[in-house]
Amino acid sequence: MKFNLKIWRQEGPELPGAFRDYTVDNIIPEMSFLEMLDALNEELIRKGEEPVAFDSDCREGICGTCGLVIDGMAHGPKLACTTCEVRMRVFEDGCTITVEPFRAKAFPVIKDLVVDRSAFDRIIGKGGYVSENTGSAPDGNAIPVPKDIAEKAMDSAACIGCGACVAACPNASASLFVSAKISQFALLPQGHAERKSRAQKMVGQMDAEGFGNCSNHAECEAACPKGISIENIARMRAEYMRSLR
Amino acid sequence: MIEIGRAPEARREQTMIQATERSILNSKIPAGPMAEKWSSFKANCKLVSPANKRKHTIIVVGTGLAGGAAAASLAELGYNVLNFCIQDSPRRAHSVAAQGGINAAKNYQNDGDSVHRLFYDTIKGGDFRAREANVHRLAELSVNIIDQCVAQGVPFAREYGGTLANRSFGGAQVSRTFYARGQTGQQLLLGAYGQLMRQVDAGRVKLFPRREMLDLVQVDGVARGIICRNLVSGEIESYAADAVLVATGGYSTVFFLSTCAVNCNATAIWRCHKRGAYFANPCYTQIHPTCLPLLGESQSKLTLMSESLRNDGRVWVPKTKGDKRPPHEIPEVERDYFLERRYPAFGNLVPRDIASRAAKAICDEGRGVGATGYSVYLDFGDAIKRLGQATIKERYGNLFAMYEEITADDPYHTPMRIYPAPHYTMGGLWVDYNLMSTIPGLHVLGEANFSDHGANRLGASALMQGLSDGYFVIPYTLGDYLASNKLPKVGTDHDAFKQAVAGVKDQTARLLAVKGTKTVRDYHWELGRILWDQVGMGRNAKGLTQAISDIRALREDYWKNVKVGGTGDDLNKSLEFAGRVADFMELGELMARDALERNESCGGHFREEYQTEEGEALRNDKDFCHVAAWEYQGEGAVPVRHQEALSFEAVHLAQRSYK
Repeated sequence: MKFNLKIWRQEGPELPGAFRDYTVDNIIPEMSFLEMLDALNEELIRKGEEPVAFDSDCREGICGTCGLVIDGMAHGPKLACTTCEVRMRVFEDGCTITVEPFRAKAFPVIKDLVVDRSAFDRIIGKGGYVSENTGSAPDGNAIPVPKDIAEKAMDSAACIGCGACVAACPNASASLFVSAKISQFALLPQGHAERKSRAQKMVGQMDAEGFGNCSNHAECEAACPKGISIENIARMRAEYMRSLR
Repeated sequence: MIEIGRAPEARREQTMIQATERSILNSKIPAGPMAEKWSSFKANCKLVSPANKRKHTIIVVGTGLAGGAAAASLAELGYNVLNFCIQDSPRRAHSVAAQGGINAAKNYQNDGDSVHRLFYDTIKGGDFRAREANVHRLAELSVNIIDQCVAQGVPFAREYGGTLANRSFGGAQVSRTFYARGQTGQQLLLGAYGQLMRQVDAGRVKLFPRREMLDLVQVDGVARGIICRNLVSGEIESYAADAVLVATGGYSTVFFLSTCAVNCNATAIWRCHKRGAYFANPCYTQIHPTCLPLLGESQSKLTLMSESLRNDGRVWVPKTKGDKRPPHEIPEVERDYFLERRYPAFGNLVPRDIASRAAKAICDEGRGVGATGYSVYLDFGDAIKRLGQATIKERYGNLFAMYEEITADDPYHTPMRIYPAPHYTMGGLWVDYNLMSTIPGLHVLGEANFSDHGANRLGASALMQGLSDGYFVIPYTLGDYLASNKLPKVGTDHDAFKQAVAGVKDQTARLLAVKGTKTVRDYHWELGRILWDQVGMGRNAKGLTQAISDIRALREDYWKNVKVGGTGDDLNKSLEFAGRVADFMELGELMARDALERNESCGGHFREEYQTEEGEALRNDKDFCHVAAWEYQGEGAVPVRHQEALSFEAVHLAQRSYK
């Protein structure tokens, strides 16, 4: 297979960026999107040109490192998967593919397709945990958790923190990410002691980082590789209201 | 004992060097009965008073289960922690990818489990090549880990009554594996990461993401700091501390194709090795049986399908060589369920090394399936008939989806095709019972050390070890170290830091200056092929000798002909990989050398010359019941092999049998 690529190149955070055109040939349908970019980079290195910088790690959809906007869609045209899980067989041979970084004010570009998502870490630092020092835990079965609650909590906890929800949102809101973590701990009894302060502090940090607000577009849910539901956002709002009481 | 092929040559090559300075490999195992050693250590270890803890700065490299748990726990105790990772966020450390579960001797299932049984299973699973005292401690702490993680809000699978659910894993006849769907590693890591970020927010941990440790700094022979490359700015940075903890994972990516993340690497531990930390059992590598087969040369990694699939999936191949019929057309009587046939007691749940080797043997025989003939079926047909598709979907839904995503085959209707792939490394830096390496002050945690899994790790035990080291071992043993040693104040202005920085800058400049014709990936791929062919699932003296000379030649060529893209002063992935591959070239040779010197088969180390009549690994306890710990002697020089004898008090040394 052969493809024309329009790739966003930007040397640094403060420098202007632009699309540049490349072509790749001899791509096999089983290759992942990132393996296709690997092949391009190998060629660029051989030619003495600067390879395209992009982040990736596990290449099986769980670490949340990779994240590209492919043809205008966060993680590409295939639903419910990360960029690294997109296979070249989903593209038509000979087509032109546009590749951009996740764009948001709170995710500044570091270089080319690499962005800074440390805002997510700072939000977690405000309450994405149960304050439980090592050594102080009761027996694992001391507090029963109904199976359906545990399953729902797991649905929320499945978030990989990739930031596709932010990239897909017209407001660059981090509501899906933040609400998934708030939900996990609102559902599980272990999280109840801190539920008020958690909702307040995490939402506060989300705003402070420059993410937009949610206005129910639900683009986040569509882009999410892990199928996190916007039901979590409703639950976050309920938790926030509850915390004001 | 059957000796095949070139065994005499192997003996001639054997250059056993008895440890002359036995004291340096002092394992420091506490005295007393096995079950009381850890309690006795805790009762007698020295403590750092609460007011003094904040005066100590501790460097933790790595933010996975071991590093993240250690950084968070030490900060909770009051230490100043500097925590480094190569990822953009600590939450992305490769522990995140562990799928199946975590073992604990809770005996919630009333099926006969106990601390002793977990201890015994782990020693036996490791083919009697692990240190008993460490493994017993691990089994004891397993129960605390589950409690801790539940309290952190890890959403473990539950029964309808609300209690924790369990499943079975390879190498055990009890159900002791706790899990969170197929994302157990992710959930445990996010638990540790949450605790870590809580400490970062409180100012007790200073986090340094996108930093790669490139050297260890010693002052007066004691580990006192590290040199890092800032992966965004390219700057070479120095950090000083009272102790250095390295928890940077294993080295399976030395094979190029493995189940590991593409950035996993051995650079941190290898540079420590070059600074004097002994490297133990480098040849103990785990080739995991349930992975997706190789598709083509453009592939960047292999994908693991959790071992938990072997609970319900049955492994088979056609009975007849060259049978090319699609699987559903092959009748039951013409299928060979070879694991069930060879190992009736454990069936599809034999340990990983045994399952992998059996698959390789069947494929070498010409009975493998798929286009290349290098895969076997993992069939859920019977389980779906017995339990219904809904139950199978609930148990393995995400894994089935991942399989379909990659192969475009639907495993609910067509058997999966699997083949073994490099996955985990049991070898690593040598540590004593306190997790300290041969360099005072340098502690090594998790997969990066060698201590708990012997020659083969059982499924669901890696998460257990990482968290045990991080949450429950190092907080005690590090305190003992700090309280027992006078550590003069050292800053990064010390000459040792300046020299180390100069060395790192020099290597970067050398890599960029070669400007050859082959890329870093070309070399890594070639190295991986050599290792996979000669230092993979089947090894022999001739192949290992060849591998050593091939790797040496490749390494020499690397420094003459590698082409690294970009420059040294900004984000440059090509340069990052170039440094890692340079280290892999040296480590690969050591793996082959270690495998050549170990004239026996044990666990994941299978020397074709040493096997039973039935083709099982044949240990040589008389000559090899020891840990091999290698001392670096300089670039290109032959390293020195030291030994730590392993003694078995609580467990009787026996031939491993899963029949």
